[in-house]
Amino acid sequence: MNHDFKDRIVRMSGAAVEKCMRCGKCSATCPNYGEMEYHPHQFVYMVERGEVERLMASPSIYACLTCFACVERCPRGVEPAKVIEAVRLEVIRQKGQNYLKPDDIPATLDDDLPQQALVTALRKFAK
Amino acid sequence: MKIAYYPGCTLKNRARELDRTARESAALLGIELEEIPVWQCCGGAYTSAKDEIATKLSSVRALAAGRQIGDGRVATVCSACYNVLKQTNHEFAVNPDFDFKVNNYLKGDPEYHGEGEVVHLLELLRDEVGFEELARRVTKPLKGKRIAAYYGCLLLRPSSALAFDDPENPKIMEDFIRALGAEPVLYPMRNECCGGYLTLSDRETAKRRSTAVKESAREMGADFMITACPLCLYNLTKNTDDPIPVRYFTEVLADALGLGGE
Repeated sequence: MNHDFKDRIVRMSGAAVEKCMRCGKCSATCPNYGEMEYHPHQFVYMVERGEVERLMASPSIYACLTCFACVERCPRGVEPAKVIEAVRLEVIRQKGQNYLKPDDIPATLDDDLPQQALVTALRKFAK
Repeated sequence: MKIAYYPGCTLKNRARELDRTARESAALLGIELEEIPVWQCCGGAYTSAKDEIATKLSSVRALAAGRQIGDGRVATVCSACYNVLKQTNHEFAVNPDFDFKVNNYLKGDPEYHGEGEVVHLLELLRDEVGFEELARRVTKPLKGKRIAAYYGCLLLRPSSALAFDDPENPKIMEDFIRALGAEPVLYPMRNECCGGYLTLSDRETAKRRSTAVKESAREMGADFMITACPLCLYNLTKNTDDPIPVRYFTEVLADALGLGGE
């Protein structure tokens, strides 16, 4: 267990992980649940337990759509998407850990792709 | 009335029709969208981390510049710009530390403390023009059309900051559709995610999400769909095989107001 990571994630996200009552509504409403190794409710309780490094090593941090369905529908106001974002930032803020690199972009372009997609993905996946 | 207008990066590029039809329709209805003279991209996404300050400064500068135009409100049309600017402005109200740090970054620029207000064109149509008046101004009503409004995520969530409409049962776009003489189609997926930016890193997910949204609209009998978001429009057209057309709400508005020509 690493309490430094836990404290940092809690401070960065501002999310009240200790308020979670394990109802699972966040994961039930997550549109990308099926693509995640760890699901939104697991992010919450694993951060509470201090198991942040396992989350940091999981591709699940890149599966969140930031659609905020979990934040909106949590009956306890826990804000799981903010926890996932904080864990992802903890990874991509490290040197050489950008998940999406500018060099990856040209291969994704087509005539209709909006600029919004590029700036959003780079903001989510790169520092 | 004149109001400060923040178009955002995409409306200057891939979504020029969203920009043009918004300005022309608004002008016809007595709202002059005056573009903020100097603005930078909002970044497309609001980073929720409390220690992210620099990524929000472009929004702060736009909000500060908006004070020089009209009544100080800043109007947007793109769902992402609306979401990012409004969440940024909301942070001033709930987080004094954010206010302090932002203004340290802004040394040299005018101070800003969240005194502005962000409004979406749909809100201006509802609150400044009024949907009853809009209905009277329609010259080419969309009679018999069944239109599915797609809200997606960015207009609605998080509702604590956006306060745009009921996040689970919104109605502003349905009321808008009625004002244009068409019939709104309610369908379960209208406020669920299209797949968003994952189209770049995991296209299969974007395809699954967008296909689910369109199937939902199809099952409820939609002739076409409308959205305010360029990325939603992209996903719902390029990342599905479903042929139901998807249009910007402003294109439909311009048509109904007779701006589309014959």
